[in-house]
Amino acid sequence: MNIQFRENQEAASPLTVKTAIADCDIHPARTTHTELYPYLAKRWQHHLEVYGVHAYQGMMEGPPYPKAQPNASRRDAYPPEGGPQGSSLAFMQKQLLDPNNVQLGVLNPLNTGQGIRNHELSAALCSAINDWQIDKWTSKDKRLKASIVVGNEDGLSAAAEIRERAGDKNFVQVLLLSRNVEPLGQRRYWPIYQAAEEAGLPVGVHAFGFGGNPITPSGWPSYYIEEMVGHSQCQQSALASLVLEGVFERFPKLKMVMIEAGFGWAPSLAWRLDKAWQRLRSEVPHVKRPPSEYIREQVWWTTQPMEDPERREDLFDVIKWIGWDKLLFATDYPHWDYDEPSRVLPAGVSEADREAFYLGNAKKLYGLN
Amino acid sequence: MASLIAGGIDCDVHPAVPHLTSLLPYLNDYWRDQVTTRGMVDLISQSYPQNSPITARPDWRPETGKPGESLEAMQRHVLDAFRLECAICNPLYGVQMVFSEDMQAAFCRALNDWLAKEWLDRDPRLRGSIVIPTQSVEKAVAEIERCAHDKRFVQVLMLVMGDTPLGKRALWPIYEAAERLELPVGIHAGSAYHNPPTAVGWGSYHIEDYVGQAQAFQTQLTSLIVEGVFAKYPRLKMVMLESGVSWIAPYLWRLHKFWRGVRMETPWVDRAPLEIVRSNIRFSLQPFDAPPEPQTLIRLFDHMQSDELVLFSTDYPHWQFDGQDALPEGLSPDLVRKIMIDNPHATYPRLK
Repeated sequence: MNIQFRENQEAASPLTVKTAIADCDIHPARTTHTELYPYLAKRWQHHLEVYGVHAYQGMMEGPPYPKAQPNASRRDAYPPEGGPQGSSLAFMQKQLLDPNNVQLGVLNPLNTGQGIRNHELSAALCSAINDWQIDKWTSKDKRLKASIVVGNEDGLSAAAEIRERAGDKNFVQVLLLSRNVEPLGQRRYWPIYQAAEEAGLPVGVHAFGFGGNPITPSGWPSYYIEEMVGHSQCQQSALASLVLEGVFERFPKLKMVMIEAGFGWAPSLAWRLDKAWQRLRSEVPHVKRPPSEYIREQVWWTTQPMEDPERREDLFDVIKWIGWDKLLFATDYPHWDYDEPSRVLPAGVSEADREAFYLGNAKKLYGLN
Repeated sequence: MASLIAGGIDCDVHPAVPHLTSLLPYLNDYWRDQVTTRGMVDLISQSYPQNSPITARPDWRPETGKPGESLEAMQRHVLDAFRLECAICNPLYGVQMVFSEDMQAAFCRALNDWLAKEWLDRDPRLRGSIVIPTQSVEKAVAEIERCAHDKRFVQVLMLVMGDTPLGKRALWPIYEAAERLELPVGIHAGSAYHNPPTAVGWGSYHIEDYVGQAQAFQTQLTSLIVEGVFAKYPRLKMVMLESGVSWIAPYLWRLHKFWRGVRMETPWVDRAPLEIVRSNIRFSLQPFDAPPEPQTLIRLFDHMQSDELVLFSTDYPHWQFDGQDALPEGLSPDLVRKIMIDNPHATYPRLK
């Protein structure tokens, strides 16, 4: 979980060649705040300088729940050439990609154009961040793949951005965040799902974001830990909305990835949905099958942060209920709650399950060979 | 299904207020006049629409009136049928939804007096929960102290979705009074609808609100634990009512992991969250939101690593099971006895 600072990390790395893995949640950062300007119209550069991004929260910069450490990132992840953690490709290669033999790394940029109130600016920033992902990252390292970041609150412009990028092999998914103005199943977001389904791209829903709603259904809590733990409740509500609004029924080829929100809660939520649906299905006739079936068929889960029971074997009951074929390994690099690939699975997991967990499921989902 | 045993404690039954006018005899002149002059309507919460299938089991639904409004029906359907020693009444009348603290306090007072007179006085097996006006902590404490003289009130009752997270320090005088008076605090499913019923906004459907109760309970447990309620009031018990149970273990695995990572933020949390839950938090049995396979169920109970967490409930008249199948299949006779008798007695000192 929290990192221990090790002075001599290279010496600690084993010399043997490691099994290849996919890392399905990597967060690339900008070195400077003007790094997107080459991709933005003069009007928006000016707007950012004068008015800032105007998010669905009060702070001009930074989060209202201060993180546990700077940028919520590992203290050993600052690039030697300067800049914030995650902002240097060379250092990411040296610290993450090479030593862990990452064959596929999926980029999920945060602090982009999502969760801001000016929807035109939102669309412009998202388009810029998509160009930036190609220029700074995927064109320079073929192991890295980008996510199409879309202005989440305006479904039509988001769909246009997806259609523009469709077919571009730099991108392997569409990226949304879990917290929006409305629950993600609502109609305003359907054009996103339609465009993603047409493009054959999974939609990743990463924890976090701002939509103006308190992060508990009882109002705003006090602490960062409540926000951190609470992201799994937000994700549960977002997924329940997707099921109950009939998104999976209407877009049967749509695949969704739940990113960085845990997966231990998945069976419980699916059972609870099934039980309530048995009683109340007349209210939602568009949900034609038991909710757990949609979840089992159309939803994938990234692993980090792995739930951490006192007895490790308890987690394997949960994985068995979800399906070993639905988990995608992720580190969350460079964030502080990074999961170390060599430590997340104990001995006793079959070779086939292990391979699927670390690499096979991701390659299959993202259509890579 | 596992076999029921006689002498159990049903920790969650719901007597219904027939109409706001039923409370008129328990209101003072001013509030009686307010209700009539202003044409105030019945306080039915969206959490339980009267005709929703979940609000009443088909064979427990009366031909007229609200499910749960008849004592004779409750006696026939649960008190006698389940051979109960006693049942704890948790009124879900929508008094929490109004915004005036004075009005809320008047309605809570009337509701508690109504419960004592029209239910507790009429069947010695019934116990009550004190419904409190949480908009005013001062008035809430006063109501707890007023009702606590009547030993048939065995807990304080709050909704899982109110104005603020339940751990917030402003609410602590409520917990101080509850601990002092040997009253567990029951947290029941339902919302005052003063905030969106999910943390990602307003959903479209009743089923969405109902499923979402489980997420609300999770965020409230986090709040109660990390704000330090149980460090300050170590003898305080809290009971999650109609919360569901299958989410408990995986939720705690996550909370425990983050607590280990960022405990420096809340250094007053003097024990691990898992330990706090095991000593201070209990959960009512129904709705049992897990699949019917005994193998899965046995694993779920094993994941909890404690046989003391769950308290028997029928959730009468809500439709959570059919016939007498209140206990899921696969529970050992020992666990049945703990759930039905020992755990409730260990939780509610006033049941003695």
